Amino acid sequence: MGLIDNINKLFDHRIRLGIMSILMVNEEVDFNRLKELLDVTDGNLASHTKTLEKAEYIKIEKSFIGKKPNTRYSATALGKISFKKHIEALEHIIKNQ
Amino acid sequence: MESKKYLDDISQIKDLMNRSSRFISLSGLSGILAGIYAITGAIVTYIFLIPKNEGYVTLHSWNFKIIVGILIAVAVLSLVTAYLLSSKKAKKNNEKVWDETTKRLLISFLVPLVTGGIYILIKLNSQHYGLTGSLMLIFYGLALVNASKYTIGNVKYLGYAEIILGLICAALPGYGFWFWVIGFGVLHIIYGSLIYFKEEKA
Repeated sequence: MGLIDNINKLFDHRIRLGIMSILMVNEEVDFNRLKELLDVTDGNLASHTKTLEKAEYIKIEKSFIGKKPNTRYSATALGKISFKKHIEALEHIIKNQ
Repeated sequence: MESKKYLDDISQIKDLMNRSSRFISLSGLSGILAGIYAITGAIVTYIFLIPKNEGYVTLHSWNFKIIVGILIAVAVLSLVTAYLLSSKKAKKNNEKVWDETTKRLLISFLVPLVTGGIYILIKLNSQHYGLTGSLMLIFYGLALVNASKYTIGNVKYLGYAEIILGLICAALPGYGFWFWVIGFGVLHIIYGSLIYFKEEKA
């Protein structure tokens, strides 16, 4: 089995990798916080969170704080397991260089 | 070539996990200074404000108001020092001082602390000042333990030490002043020095 098989294509992108890293260690994070940490534009972030949601790696919850819409993100159990596997694969590849 | 990219990925993961979940560690120096402020305040109080030969400080006396003023001054000075030194450190590491994590740190620190403060004031108002020193130590310890999830390092152990000290203090009435000096003065200096030397080594 090639090691590359364990590399998750979905995580093979700087912003999606970043979103998952943050959600691994935070129960819930809102849109602005993600934007601030990752230093990306609104549209860019929205499209990548959508991709991760489609894969059911993250959960998106929309609500209102007063009149302001507030979107919160959290990692699903599937997302966490997949991300761990991805990290293990990365480490493996580096070690076996 | 590929593996270089993966190495970058790993370091990005680590960086984001740290930045998003943990507040920059409080500097050791701010602990040492907080201890020194507390001891200075205590010395001033002991020499000038505690009545000699069996007297009591009554609630409406000027002495009492000055003591409260000194307490507030010590607390504010310590917080300002911690803020200034931490923001200096954050700037050096290219981190923001004021973000979601810091906000949560402050809230989880202030909830037990303000609760304790109000409780003590209520008790004082009904002439129950016997346990003030103990209550201050216990609530401060709880605040530290509660806030420690957003800090790097061992703040929670300082919190546990303050709580234990506060409980011992409650069991030994009459020595509140001295327990206060140990908890807010000596423990801060010891803790701050431990962190400070660890920082210097790193």
